[in-house]
Amino acid sequence: MALLEIRDLKKAYRSPEGELHSVLDVPELDLGANEELALRGASGSGKTTLLNVIAGILRPDSGRVLVGGADIAGMSESSRDALRARSIGYVCQTFNLLQGYSALENVLLGMMFGPGSDRAFATKLLGELGLSDRLNYRPGQLSVGQQQRVALARALANRPKLVLADEPTGNLDPTRAQEALDVIRRLCSEHGASLLLVSHDQAILDRFERSVELAEINRAASVAGGAA
Amino acid sequence: MIGGLLMIVRRSLRQHALSTFVTVLSAALGSGLVMAVFVVAEQSERAFAGGPVGFDAVLGARGSQLQLVLNTVFHLETSPGNIPWSLYQEVKSDRRVDLAIPYAVGDNYRGYRIVGTTQEMFTEFEYQEGEKFELRPGGEIFEPLLADAVIGSTVAADLGLRVGSEIQPFHGLQFDESLQHNEVYRVVGVLKPTNSPSDRVVWIPIEGIFRMGGHVLRGTGEVYQAESGVAIPDEHKEVSAVMLKFKGGNSTGMYFDNLINRQGKVATLAWPIGSSMAELFDKLGWVNRILSMVAYLVVAVAAGSILASLYNTMNERRREFAILRALGARRSTVFSAIVLEAGTIAGLGALLGFAFYFAVLAAAAGIVREQTGVVIEQFAWHPVLLWTPLGMLLLGALAGCLPAYKAYATDVASNLLPAS
Repeated sequence: MALLEIRDLKKAYRSPEGELHSVLDVPELDLGANEELALRGASGSGKTTLLNVIAGILRPDSGRVLVGGADIAGMSESSRDALRARSIGYVCQTFNLLQGYSALENVLLGMMFGPGSDRAFATKLLGELGLSDRLNYRPGQLSVGQQQRVALARALANRPKLVLADEPTGNLDPTRAQEALDVIRRLCSEHGASLLLVSHDQAILDRFERSVELAEINRAASVAGGAA
Repeated sequence: MIGGLLMIVRRSLRQHALSTFVTVLSAALGSGLVMAVFVVAEQSERAFAGGPVGFDAVLGARGSQLQLVLNTVFHLETSPGNIPWSLYQEVKSDRRVDLAIPYAVGDNYRGYRIVGTTQEMFTEFEYQEGEKFELRPGGEIFEPLLADAVIGSTVAADLGLRVGSEIQPFHGLQFDESLQHNEVYRVVGVLKPTNSPSDRVVWIPIEGIFRMGGHVLRGTGEVYQAESGVAIPDEHKEVSAVMLKFKGGNSTGMYFDNLINRQGKVATLAWPIGSSMAELFDKLGWVNRILSMVAYLVVAVAAGSILASLYNTMNERRREFAILRALGARRSTVFSAIVLEAGTIAGLGALLGFAFYFAVLAAAAGIVREQTGVVIEQFAWHPVLLWTPLGMLLLGALAGCLPAYKAYATDVASNLLPAS
């Protein structure tokens, strides 16, 4: 059984004028355990919406989204929150680190909503990412690359089955982007997490064995140009 | 989960340190004020109206019972007038009366009231039930016919007087340097502190008041001035008041109340003493109500400031809430974090309120003691000390509900990521 299984997923937004705009229409998408998948999506192709639906942040209008066999689409909001905390790590382009918290606290806070705080593991993770001497630094005191690694540590802190990465290297120069990608892939592999990464950077996508054009699987994007 | 909530609250309080400080201060002011108003009111009433007094009634000139009590028990106010010595002798000889001590006022020593009385004041009188005056070592009671004085502990401490010191009284109950008598009294005893108004009194023999230069006696209705070396006939003598202790308790009190207050026209009997003071506090009840209302208003303003300060941060914190939600925090968790934050501010305020409360109480107790000698118990228990902090905590948490709902309703997707 695939770790992530999407069937007939549909999501639409209503515009201020009241018109319904279809954003996602994905008949099928699978991702197995410990697998990697790269999705290439141009701006407006619905990739962030897709990741938000998989993460349980947004509820699909119809279809099924199974993560580890559990259908997110049929869950209550609090159940989706719990599943997200336990099983899904989410890294995005802007990292979404909490500014008032240190690197270590950012990671610990993510753990507190999941299986519980594990300071030793959080410290170990940050150490693996070369941040042992930056544990008590706040995001504003870290470089962009370091912030990105903190976000990655936080995404992996709850030992998720699935890591969603939305343009995780978008803020990095090409060299650092490749290095960051190596770290993400290595850590996901070491921690047994599947990786679903979306990017518009061909150089990044070329590194993946399995890479899919989002427009090819999202009929809404191919028909209407999409809007997320 | 609790750890996460506490971390969020701690961080937020630190990030908004200035507004946290101001709101904590306003909550402290509110809760401190409520506690102080209730405790000061209760302690004052207890000290003035409910304290155990070692005698049952005060007999004095026709007039206000309250004035009589204030004048004799608390050494405040002016004397309502005098009663004839014969009346004192009459009640003293009544078989229903256990103790009758005369009390004459009219002079002061540097603002401290001089009271003329008899030796029984020190041998028989109980300023509180079961408590008699005690002299400090080396002191003795005045002799009835000598210019001796026994002074209270506050008088001794404030004026630096001790056994052997000489004092020259001033006329009237208010200190006026130009009205000094010629008589000189020698301090023969200093009383141990009693924590009562008596600590502020200079006691001299009642004969001294009769014979003080310029004093006249009108016991017969005609003016009589005492002459040196000549005994004063009893019919000329008069006293400001007589302190009475009854045999037979209330029934005797009722008997004399009926005899003096209802049938008589010459004197007033203040009985029971506590009820006269209670009447005063009843009359002053509106002051307490206004003070209570002001205190409640300050608490309401404090709760409002908690609400406003948190609500104003909600917009800037939308992204923070969205991130927390993306990490798996439930809506209820975010709601709880804000309510906990509001409750923490209120709780810190309530704790700091105790400091404010003790400061107000200490100041009030100091003023009351300085003005009246009455001691207000500063560490006495009152239920308000429990329910005010709890109430502040609850009110603060309630005030946090509106901003908490705003946090609860934060849309995750639109506040989390730039659209692609």
